[in-house]
Order: sequence, then C-alpha cells, then structure tokens
Amino acid sequence: MKRIGIPHGLFYFYYYPLWKTFFEDLGWEVVTSSPSSRLIIELGIDTAVDEACFPIKVYMGHVRELCRCRLDYLFVPRLVSVEERSFICPKFMGIPDMVRALIEETPPLIDIVVDMSTNRKDFQKEMKRLGRLLSVKRQEWERAYQHGLQELEFCRALAREGYTMFEAIKIWEGQPAPAMPEADLNVGLLGHGYAIYDPGISMDMINRLRRMGCRVLLPERLERKAVEEQASTVPKRVFWTLGRSMLGSALHLDQRDDVDGIIYVACFACGPDSIIGEIIERKIKNKPFMFLTIDEHTGEAGMLTRLEAFCDMLRRRRMRASDCDLSSHG
Amino acid sequence: MIATFPHMGNMHIAIKELFRGLKLDMVPPPPVSKRTLELGVKYSPEFACLPLKINVGNFIEAMEKGADTVVMGGGWGPCRFGYFAQVEREILKDLGFNFTMVVLEAPDSRLSDLLQQIKALGENVSISQAYKALKFAWDKLKAVEVLEKALEFCLPRAVDKDLVEKYYEQGLQTIDNLHNRKELAGVTIEVDRAIRSVARSEDAVLKIGLVGEIYTILEPSINCHIARHLGRINAEVSRSIYLTDWVNDHILGGWVKRSNHRYILQASRPYLNYAVGGHGRETVGNSVDFARRGYDGIIQIGPLTCMPEIVAQSVLGRVSRELQVPCMTMYFDEHSGTAGVYTRLEAFVDMLVRRKRLAGGAAPVDSCPGWVG
Repeated sequence: MKRIGIPHGLFYFYYYPLWKTFFEDLGWEVVTSSPSSRLIIELGIDTAVDEACFPIKVYMGHVRELCRCRLDYLFVPRLVSVEERSFICPKFMGIPDMVRALIEETPPLIDIVVDMSTNRKDFQKEMKRLGRLLSVKRQEWERAYQHGLQELEFCRALAREGYTMFEAIKIWEGQPAPAMPEADLNVGLLGHGYAIYDPGISMDMINRLRRMGCRVLLPERLERKAVEEQASTVPKRVFWTLGRSMLGSALHLDQRDDVDGIIYVACFACGPDSIIGEIIERKIKNKPFMFLTIDEHTGEAGMLTRLEAFCDMLRRRRMRASDCDLSSHG
Repeated sequence: MIATFPHMGNMHIAIKELFRGLKLDMVPPPPVSKRTLELGVKYSPEFACLPLKINVGNFIEAMEKGADTVVMGGGWGPCRFGYFAQVEREILKDLGFNFTMVVLEAPDSRLSDLLQQIKALGENVSISQAYKALKFAWDKLKAVEVLEKALEFCLPRAVDKDLVEKYYEQGLQTIDNLHNRKELAGVTIEVDRAIRSVARSEDAVLKIGLVGEIYTILEPSINCHIARHLGRINAEVSRSIYLTDWVNDHILGGWVKRSNHRYILQASRPYLNYAVGGHGRETVGNSVDFARRGYDGIIQIGPLTCMPEIVAQSVLGRVSRELQVPCMTMYFDEHSGTAGVYTRLEAFVDMLVRRKRLAGGAAPVDSCPGWVG
C-alpha cells in the first residue's frame, strides 16, 4: 500500500477528516506526524526562518518528522482561499515553496492549489490533476471527496457541541470523548484554529481554562449566520476568512448576555492578527477583553497567571453585579 | 476640504502636483522624522508592520497642521495593506480627530476607474483637467526617477560624493517647486547632466540588487538610507521597485510603458510558484533576475513581520545556493540603531569584494560562503 504523510499542523485542524477519508478511500495509507511536542517545535524553529510565525515553524517541525518516515508522497496543499473573495494568509500561499526551499530531503510533495476566491473551476482542475497523479478515475475521487466532506461535517457537528476540532478529530478516530469539568463562566476564545487547538502551540490553553471553571466558546460553536451578520457591520469586508470569522464572533459575543469575557489569542508576527486584533480591541465595548500573544517562548507560568487573573476578575465582576451589598472597593 | 496623504519616498512630489492640478487644498505631511515614528509607534498596533505606523504618524502630524481629509490607498489582500485604511481610521477617530477618509481602491485595475475616483476626490475640475493633472504628476514621477537613477549610478563612482548628493537634493527641490509643464523636461536633463558631470574615480564598483517590500525600498528614512550608504562605500544599488513601474503595472494596467513584470514573475519559478501578496513573488523573481545579470550580491529589505517577504526570505536561501549569489535579509522596525545596520552592510560589502577577488584569482568560488543569514 502506498503511504502519504499529512503534517499535524495548520489546516490539519480544519480539514484532516476530509483529507484522511479521501486518501483512505482511494486505497492509501495515511500517516500523520505526532502531536506537537517540544522536540517537533525545536526541529521547526531550527528549520524555518526566524521571522515566520510560530504555527508555521511548528508545521516545519512536523514536515521534518514525516520526512524520516518512508513515504511515497507528502501532502502539503497550497491553501489560497476556501471561499469566495477571501484569502487565508500569504504564508499559506507559499507553504509548499517554503517547504521545498527549507527542507531538502522531502518526499515528493502533493501541492494542489485550493483557490476558490473567484470560482470553483480552478479547484476542479486541481482535483483532476490530483486524480491523475493518484491514477484513479474521476468517479472514484469524486465519491471519496464527497465521503470526506460528510466525515468533515460530522467533526464540525461535534465542534458545535463544544469540543475543539482537535478533540473532535480524536473522537472521530474512535477515542472516547473527554469529560467536560463543571463550569460557571462563559468565556469566548478567539484565535486562529491552528494556534488555539494545538495544545503544543497554545500551551493547552483551552483545557486550562476549562479546569479553571470556564465554558470555552469557540468560533466553531457559534451560529454561522449571526457571526457573518456581525462581521458585515464593519465598513470594509475583511478579506481573510479566519479574520472575518473572528471579528464576527467577537462582535457577536460582545452582544450576548450569557458571555462573561472574551480572550483573543494572537500569534506573534501574524499579519491578520495584528490588524483584526486591533479592530476587535477597539470595537468590543461591553465585555472584559484580554489580548494574549503567543510565540515559541516556554514560560507557561506567565500565561497561566494571566488566565487565572482574568477568570478571577470575571467572577469578581459577576459577584459585584449580582450582590449590591458588596462594596465595589472590596 | 483640506487633503493630506501618506509619505512614501519621493512620491509626495508627484502627489502634490496632482492635488494642485485638481485644485484641492492640501497640507502635505511633514517629512518623516523621529517624531513621526514616535507618534505612529505609540498609537498603532504593536506588531503591525512599519508602514502602518508611519502612515499614522504622517496623518497625525498633517492633521495637527489643519488637514481634514485623508487620501489613502487600499486593496483586497492577502497582504494586510488592504486593511490599513480601516485600522488607521479607527485609530485616528479614537484619538478624537474629525476627518473624512478617501480610500482609493482600484477594483479592476483600469484607468477609467482610477480617473473616476480622482474625479470623486475633486469636483473642482473637468475630466480633461483631471487628465492633465494626472499626466503632469506622472511626468514629475518620471523626472524624479531620472534623478534617482543618476544618483544610484554616480554616487558609488564619484570622487566627491557630497557634491553628487547636493546636486540630487537641489534637483528634487527644483522639480518640487516647478509648476510649468514645459520647463520640466529641460530642468530634468540639466540636473541629470550636473549629477553625471561629477568627476569619477577608477575604483571597481560592486553591483548590488536591492529587493523587497515597496515601502521599505522607496522610503529612505525607514531603511536608514541604505541605498545611499551603499553608494558611499562604492556599491552600486539597483532597486527592484521603481515607483513608475509599480504604478504602471498595478494601477494603469501595464500599458503606459513597457514592462518586464511578466518576465520577473516567470523568473520566480521554480522557487516560488504562486503569488503570495505584496511583493513576495517580485522579490524572488528580481533576485533571480539580478543573479542572472551577474550582480555581486542581493539585499532583501522589508518591514518586520511583513508576511510576503517572510515567504520570499524562506525561498531566497535556495535561490542563493543554486544561483551562487550571496543574499542578505534585513528587516526594519522602529529601532533607530543605524550603526548596527551600517556595520552589517559594510561586512556584507567586504565579503562581496573578497569573494569577487577570490573568484578572479586562484581560489574556487565555493570556498566562500554564499549565504549570509
């Protein structure tokens, strides 16, 4: 059986079920790298240029790990755009070229271009190219693709129930669903999925928040329509897919009564984050808001302290609002 | 309406003329200074790229002087420049400024659209007057570039480098103050001749290609006057971006003057096979082009955290290895330690000189490291 490698990073967290089903249906064995560990992170930092953002560096680490397995192909798609008139990020558009330039020993790359910004024809063409490469008939890959979409929808439904995509993928692969601790706070957590769902990158931020008694509201859990509606209230349409979803989610959460606070997780040196984060920070008027920046530093305690302080502040704020006898000066 | 605009190198000379032709009142922002940078850094998002910060500084300084309309460019991604105007508006509004923002976005890169937008800017003039204004501004842009190219060629070769710079600065002033279209060509030729008449030395001149992000390349106050400094240590700098080429390729649809844009994009293969926004692909294509033309070295510059340049930087290592051309990348942010920058430039030039000497002599080229990180 032929083997294809899929790095456990970036859009893995959005599309892995689709990719895996697709290739397995076509009779391939899918190999992924292990979840981000310190070793992989160090490998990635060694490989990538210093100025790249943290998730890109970690991705390079995953690719390096996969290069050690015996693979026939490595799946490194060039994700330009997944919806009309929107982009992901310039770095995603150059990923296959960056991998080729930075890592010499890669197996042959499958670098199909996913560009749906103008129409779906280009994408269809790329899929045909992929079909030829894998030497399968059109019907076969189309069936596999549809099946993949179904599986992806299953994972997304899990994400709507409150699991992260990382957990949803695990449940989909047959592992038991993790138990949710008791929660008394509702905290919106915004950020690029490939950063916040990857425990190695976000220092397991979501589980830490849960253990502190927070019900974490992620963009995937919110109603798509309400988010889009809020995102369209700004004067200019945001042309980054994830950026627009984050801006819409933030504005939506800002207006919900049951939300106690909002945390925005930005990756250091991320272009969209620097712009969208700033706009969100200025637009959120009703809720406590915290802007956290992550990079390759390992000082977990600092982040933990900030999360704890934020939760304490939210509880205190709620107490003050419900119990008027309590002096606001403590 | 009192209009203002952001700075980008010598672009202000052309824009001032354009606004004058459109009969708009204007307050040009003061030249980029330390204060501009400080204001920008203070009020802009922390890791936004430097052009945004300078823009904010420019606008604040111009509005302090009475401007109430900001004219700004836009775009539709994926580079974050497309969203600059939106963030800048939010920042300035929160600071309490009262102003309107005109965002020029070329939707289909057609001249008619651009004309319409300029028309929307000033109702004071007819279409033909607007066209004339645009034409004169374009001519000034070209005149400025003639001087810039003369400076780039003569500075490394001249014996008296101060004199070359003096002629250049004076020439810019003259063009800036000139309002008669007929005199422009004559003045340009005169200044060009003056610059080129300065006595030259016989020393060998290194050729360095300067590639990277447009703003950092065009705005010398941001890049620590890197081109002039290289010229002063006898290295001739060729830029990858000249403003007329850029305007021609991206705003006027590429039919005003001959363009090698397509060739440059083609040259970026196989290193970078897809447009990555900004000038990422042009950076790689131009580096390949410079290498093919036998340049001694390539310097890539950009603002810190610039996404397209990071992609380009990642593949430049491969370009450098395969085409045997030394490449160096420098990012600029708000730090003002010019000595550090100059030391790196001098070291790079020393390395190139040595490499060239060895290549001409006995030692093989391979014995010199090709790539300086």
